[in-house]
Amino acid sequence: MIFNDFIFYTLAAILLFAGIRVITTRNPVYAALHLVLAFFTAAGIWLLLEAEFLAIALVLVYVGAVMVLFLFVVMMLDINLDKLREGFWDYLPMAGTIGLLMAVEMVMILSGKYFAPTTVASKSADYSNTAELGRVLYTDYLLPFELASVVLLVAIIAAIVLTLRDRQDSKSMNPAEQVLVKKQDRLRIVKMDAVVETPSVEDPKADKEKS
Amino acid sequence: MEYIKTDLITALPELTVLFMAMFILLLDLFIKPKNRIVIYGLAQFTLLAAAYFTVVTYNPSVGYAFSNMFVDDPLADILKLMTFLGTSMMLVYTRQYMQQRGMFRGEYYAMVLFALLGMMIMISGQSLLTIYMGLELLSLCLYSLVAFDRDNARATEAAMKYFVLGALASGMLLYGMSMIYGMTGSLNVAEISSALLEMNTKNPVLILGLVFVVAGLAFKFGAVPFQMWVPDVYQGAPTSITLLIGSVPKFAAFAITIRLLAQGLQPLAVDWQDMLLIMAVLSIAIGNITAIAQTNLKRMLAYSTISHVGFLLFGFMSANLNGFASSMFYISAYVLMTLAGFGMILLLSRQGFEAENLDDLKGLNQRSPWAAFLMLITMFSMAGVPPTLGFYAKFTVLQAALQAGFIWAVVFAVVMAAIGAFYYLRVVKLMYFDAPKDNARISAPVDMQLVLSINAAALLLLGIMPQTLMQICGVAIVISLQ
Repeated sequence: MIFNDFIFYTLAAILLFAGIRVITTRNPVYAALHLVLAFFTAAGIWLLLEAEFLAIALVLVYVGAVMVLFLFVVMMLDINLDKLREGFWDYLPMAGTIGLLMAVEMVMILSGKYFAPTTVASKSADYSNTAELGRVLYTDYLLPFELASVVLLVAIIAAIVLTLRDRQDSKSMNPAEQVLVKKQDRLRIVKMDAVVETPSVEDPKADKEKS
Repeated sequence: MEYIKTDLITALPELTVLFMAMFILLLDLFIKPKNRIVIYGLAQFTLLAAAYFTVVTYNPSVGYAFSNMFVDDPLADILKLMTFLGTSMMLVYTRQYMQQRGMFRGEYYAMVLFALLGMMIMISGQSLLTIYMGLELLSLCLYSLVAFDRDNARATEAAMKYFVLGALASGMLLYGMSMIYGMTGSLNVAEISSALLEMNTKNPVLILGLVFVVAGLAFKFGAVPFQMWVPDVYQGAPTSITLLIGSVPKFAAFAITIRLLAQGLQPLAVDWQDMLLIMAVLSIAIGNITAIAQTNLKRMLAYSTISHVGFLLFGFMSANLNGFASSMFYISAYVLMTLAGFGMILLLSRQGFEAENLDDLKGLNQRSPWAAFLMLITMFSMAGVPPTLGFYAKFTVLQAALQAGFIWAVVFAVVMAAIGAFYYLRVVKLMYFDAPKDNARISAPVDMQLVLSINAAALLLLGIMPQTLMQICGVAIVISLQ
């Protein structure tokens, strides 16, 4: 048990450190990397709680996919940090006081008394929480599960609606339209008066003869 | 397998909307832009079909589906029918506006239907999880609809504000829900209520959870002190989307407030009554007083919304069936008034011109006496002048609060309503006593003019004969909450 406690406190300390660094570090790339560290240690704590599937899903989905994508985005964007930090000191007294008050209140309420540690009987070795999760997800929680898929669908549609544009400089061709083209579409006959080239009044030869 | 079948029948209206939203999305790929009116027709048909299934599966008792996560009670059915009606009217009002601004696209109708699905899930949510999923579905659709006119910088800014603050509100709501789940050990609203009855309700963790839940709800309603996003979003969004945000989602917000506070956390009523009292009084005061200073009609109506939300909370505050029923009556009246109000802005707008400033209403009576008269009824109703619907709605919520013993708050609300009447009546003055600024003819499709006229007439008629609507609200609340 003592070994477990030791691992828990180590992971928790790293998690807290990483969490604080995410919001205090100046470089957004470092912030994203600290978030990766936070996810990793959180996954470790879940492993301690015997939630193996969730722990591995957290690493695979968040660390493996979401954060990598996020890192790419952060690296691509050219963010002016100094502009973002403008007004930090102006807001600090008010925001700091409120934040501190909330933190104190929450520590008072959430520590100890109401969330007393209880021991949960550990499951037998052949117990699979992956199977158990799957069973619950597709029976009792079917409705929220399906709704989550609809929410994701809407997110995809929204992203496309808001960003997809036909490129103005696109040189793509539409063969159907090309075949249907008529003479009037391409050929324009312009009526204009005949232009007769009039020879210049002064003859260059005459000039030479003069000189 | 058998239980899945009964579940699906209970959720038939939701399935219809979901299926049709996806169908419209696919159909839009194969349809020529000039034939896009078909999609509009399909969207209206979807609403009709969903309403039909809601009526057919109506039964006067309370039914559960999907492992008690979904409830089908008279309250849900009636709120859904009202939502369908409101959405249908909104689609009629916005068609020409969207066509003129190049936003008449298939995605608009798909998004509106997905938003509708979110509202229906919220209305029928019996578990904290379903309520939250419905809310996210609705919010996500609304965020992207606000930015739908994507080359408009103001709309994009409004969408960004709405998104960030909405995400914050969702976070607060979730945090509160997690505290309540931690204490009661259940996500189901009914089980939470029975668990609370057996424990010490002075437990600070519960109160903390309650504070966050109420804050999250207030954010979604736009009650003071969580109202910052309302004016900016109302003004920045295209008017057709403002019409959507301001109207029908309020039914869903009302429904989740009933589910969470009246059904789930009723044993904590003593605590949330005080919170709602403060928010209600502040909303009425700040909404009405700030609205006076506005020159933009959309912004003015946004502040007016904040004050209406204050009145709505007066009904909740009394924490009894009578109060909830009067709140439901108020929200129905509010949605009808909002539809008419923003409908008028859409009516007066034309290609390349937004009639969103108060000055644009000047001399409307000379340009079109009929439009001026419709606006007159709407403004009177919003101000609460008898015999319009708005008067009766305010009367019932204040009466409910009075019976619950909030005498001083009611007196304050009446004074504030009198102050608020000033800016509504100013609109009437501008329309009837000032010279018109522009003399463009009002050109709106016949169906829009017709529906808008019926809408305004309903404000008058329901004000004279409110009994039927009041009775419907009363029955729905009584059957569903007992």
